[in-house]
Amino acid sequence: MNGIVPAPIAALPWRVIFILMALVGFGATVLYSAAGGHLEPWAGKHVLRFIALLVLAIAMSRMPQGFWKSITFPLYLLLLLLLVVVELMGFVGGGSQRWINLGFITLQPSELMKPAMVLAAAWFFDRLPPNRIYGIEAIWPLVLILILPSAMVIIQPDFDAAIAYAFGLGVVGFMAGLPLIYFIGAGAALAVVAPLVYFFGMKAYQQDRVLIFLNPENDPLGAGYHITQSKIAIGSGGIFGKGFGNGTQSYLDYLPEGHTDFVFATMAEEWGIVGGFFILFLYFMLMRWGLNVAVQSKTRYGKLVAAGLTCTIFFYIMINLLMVVGLAPVAGIPLPFVSHGGSSMLTMMLCVGIIMSIERHPGSKHGQFQ
Amino acid sequence: MKIEKQATSGQLDFTFSRRAVFVGGVQAAIGLTVAARMSYIAVADNEKYELLAESNRVNLTIIPPRRGWFVDRYGKPIATNRADFRVDIIPDRLVRKDETVRTLAELLTLSTDDVDRIHRELKNAQGFQPVQVAAGLDYERFAAVSVRLPDLPGVTPRQGYSRFYPSGAAVGHLIGYVGTVSAEEYQRSKKPLLITPGFKVGKDGLEKTLEDRLQGEPGAKRTEVTARGKIIRDLATRPDIPGKPVQLTIDIDLHNYAARRLGLESGSVVVFDCLTGDILTMASMPCYDPNSFSDGIGRVEWKMLNGDDHIPMLNKALQGLYPPGSTLKPVAGLAMLRQGIDPDETVVCNGGYRLGNRVFKCLGRHGAVNMRTAIMKSCNTYFYAMGRRIGYDNIAPVGRELGLGQEFSLPFPSQRYGTVPDSAWKMRKYDQKWTESDTLNAVIGQGYIIASPFQLAVMAARISSGLHVQPEILLKKRVAPKPLSFPTEHLDVVRDGMNLVVNGAGTAVRSKLQLENITMAGKTGTAQVRRIAGAQRGQSGAWKYRDHGLFVCFAPVAAPRYAASVVIEHGMGGARAAAPIAKDVLTFLYDRAQAMASLEALEAGWGGNIAQRMAAKYATFQGQPAAPPPLDPTI
Repeated sequence: MNGIVPAPIAALPWRVIFILMALVGFGATVLYSAAGGHLEPWAGKHVLRFIALLVLAIAMSRMPQGFWKSITFPLYLLLLLLLVVVELMGFVGGGSQRWINLGFITLQPSELMKPAMVLAAAWFFDRLPPNRIYGIEAIWPLVLILILPSAMVIIQPDFDAAIAYAFGLGVVGFMAGLPLIYFIGAGAALAVVAPLVYFFGMKAYQQDRVLIFLNPENDPLGAGYHITQSKIAIGSGGIFGKGFGNGTQSYLDYLPEGHTDFVFATMAEEWGIVGGFFILFLYFMLMRWGLNVAVQSKTRYGKLVAAGLTCTIFFYIMINLLMVVGLAPVAGIPLPFVSHGGSSMLTMMLCVGIIMSIERHPGSKHGQFQ
Repeated sequence: MKIEKQATSGQLDFTFSRRAVFVGGVQAAIGLTVAARMSYIAVADNEKYELLAESNRVNLTIIPPRRGWFVDRYGKPIATNRADFRVDIIPDRLVRKDETVRTLAELLTLSTDDVDRIHRELKNAQGFQPVQVAAGLDYERFAAVSVRLPDLPGVTPRQGYSRFYPSGAAVGHLIGYVGTVSAEEYQRSKKPLLITPGFKVGKDGLEKTLEDRLQGEPGAKRTEVTARGKIIRDLATRPDIPGKPVQLTIDIDLHNYAARRLGLESGSVVVFDCLTGDILTMASMPCYDPNSFSDGIGRVEWKMLNGDDHIPMLNKALQGLYPPGSTLKPVAGLAMLRQGIDPDETVVCNGGYRLGNRVFKCLGRHGAVNMRTAIMKSCNTYFYAMGRRIGYDNIAPVGRELGLGQEFSLPFPSQRYGTVPDSAWKMRKYDQKWTESDTLNAVIGQGYIIASPFQLAVMAARISSGLHVQPEILLKKRVAPKPLSFPTEHLDVVRDGMNLVVNGAGTAVRSKLQLENITMAGKTGTAQVRRIAGAQRGQSGAWKYRDHGLFVCFAPVAAPRYAASVVIEHGMGGARAAAPIAKDVLTFLYDRAQAMASLEALEAGWGGNIAQRMAAKYATFQGQPAAPPPLDPTI
């Protein structure tokens, strides 16, 4: 407020905006190079999309916390309905479809459900009297919130989304103070159930993904190709990389999905681990900002939403990076703010917008009476 | 229990803060895991992955090395590389497949077989791996494709090299031929060069035995390609290093002349420089055309070669074995002189020699003959009598010293070295004692003794020069040969006899050289193929039962320089079939015009030179059904 910068501009959450601009800018640089030194078809759109969504996020940050709380449940129901609609459309159209084309934008309800799931869980824990946190009343509504959309996406089939829902919900439950024994128990149950799911619940191509993750060199030209080529790209980049525009793996198409899921490998080939550490540092700053907002928020809803959405973003980062360096199976999950792609950018910016709103409106100690 | 665990909103806030720190910690830990993993891949395994990225990016095309030439002693080419025009298709760049192949078939006059093959190969082709349309094209057809290139995307005319033997069939047995690598050869070394299109290795003769020297180092063309095989650009190209040329002791003009002079006969001519042992000529006819093998031999041609009773696949100079007949008489003469027999002592020939109750026949009634006249007249009676006196065990070592029964260290894939029998050999082989009738047969070059034309020429060279010359095919500086163990007086007696054969009243007077100051000495030989039945004497009847005709000779008589052997299979007599050829070949060394005139007159009667006759024969042979050739013609 030193007079030079107008107050509304100065009041923007510049810290997070700078972090995002750095991520998106670096991402655009990588996409520019991956396209052989052209803004088309990826880099230009990437930046434009970010600017539009940043405006949306800032607009969202103006909304008070109460607004989000009030639309949480209707939003959840609406998305659930859309999931059903998508499923029916796919059934009629004779194939699996995950989106609704509204003409100017394609909506992917399973994607939007990820932040909505966090809101719904936070909304639930906010309403739950603190002394019921250990009871069965704290569990079954959560299970219901999770099961309904998960069932819809699993029949698509989209396991990745279902896992993301469970993760978001689990984080909120954990932060809300559910007993630790639940999480330890769930971990143990997972160890038992995972093999069963692998053998009876997965389709052949999903089983392949898991197998190949365990040993990518077994199938260097088939499904293991992605991981092998990604490791070649990162490994050949070395410490400082091959230099901007000199990445052969992406430029000559050896690296598949070099502009979306494997954009980190494209980056690492040209910028080396220096570039990789830079991105990791930016994510670290983003996570720190998100968790800080959560801790600073005065309301239970605000805390849980900010922490949950931060972890949703983190989930994307984690799965993608572990996959790209060969520590997790191949999953169709892009790298937030760096990968080219509208759907994921929209989800990420919605998350950021809501966290910004909570930063701006931390609320008072008894949020529901604000 | 449950009462104690009653939580308040404050407690939950506290839990939240603690767990937020925990979540932050987990996030940081995962971040560090990614950082560590990434560092490991990019730093510790950097070299490995750099190599993998490079092998992704760069596609290596091998350029087959040009094969080393064969040149003769004067530097004239015997085997060279001919610019070979070929047309390939790069499947990745092909736009209108069917139309392009149709146009090419028209321009290059391809057969339907070829068109089917191209379509089949295109279907299985990998992006940038070229598919051959046609090879060995002449320049006109090559140019016809080249000018149409703008309309034919994906078609690449290329210039390669293929082996070319200017002398054609004349050098087939001497040099051998080249061909594509067989599956077994590739299995042995697995070098990618071996299966590069257009690469050939030596399959027979010197081409095979000198392979390492001739092969050279392949070049490499490096191109940057995408994952789908699209070529982005050419990187640095390393040119091939051609194989080293090999200079032979052969005089190619003389060799070609000898091969042509053999004409319709099945036989061989070997000529030595008798002072050094250099092989000037080693012709064996008939022969396949090595150019046919180099381009890939057709089925009809293959069948024609295999069905020929003149055996064009056999190098008769080195691998043909014949009873040497009377050409061995100078050897026996030397042995007798060594055993102290006076060359002027006479033996009376009454047309035969009686041993026990059996009469060994002579070809005439020569009256009283000494050693010189016995050689001149080829009198068997003299050699029967004297041979029996000294015994064959005293003759065999002389034959061996003169090269009979010996194997020479020469870079040919196979030599047959025949037999010089003696009593120990017969005991070893048949467990029988040597008899006097064995001696009588062996002394006139019949019976157990067999030799190759090459050995007979070595024998002629050693007798004429008196030197223990070693045959050599690769031209190089060598130590001077040591003299033989025979005194000059002994050698002179035998040489005199051989001189009289041609220039006296001998068996080959009709083959006297028509040159001033230069005379030839020689010895005829007629070798029986089977036991003589009645009066037929192998002079008529079916070709394959007729006698072989042999002739060994040297010139000039005054100061011997060249020695030769001529062996004509089933030629019926040395004087009749072999000596005239030797005469013309030696004449060629001194007077080419005279020799060529004689040859051209003969060729007019034979129906043209070697290439013309082979073409005519091939044409008449076609039309007959042919069996497919085996992949490797040497099997």
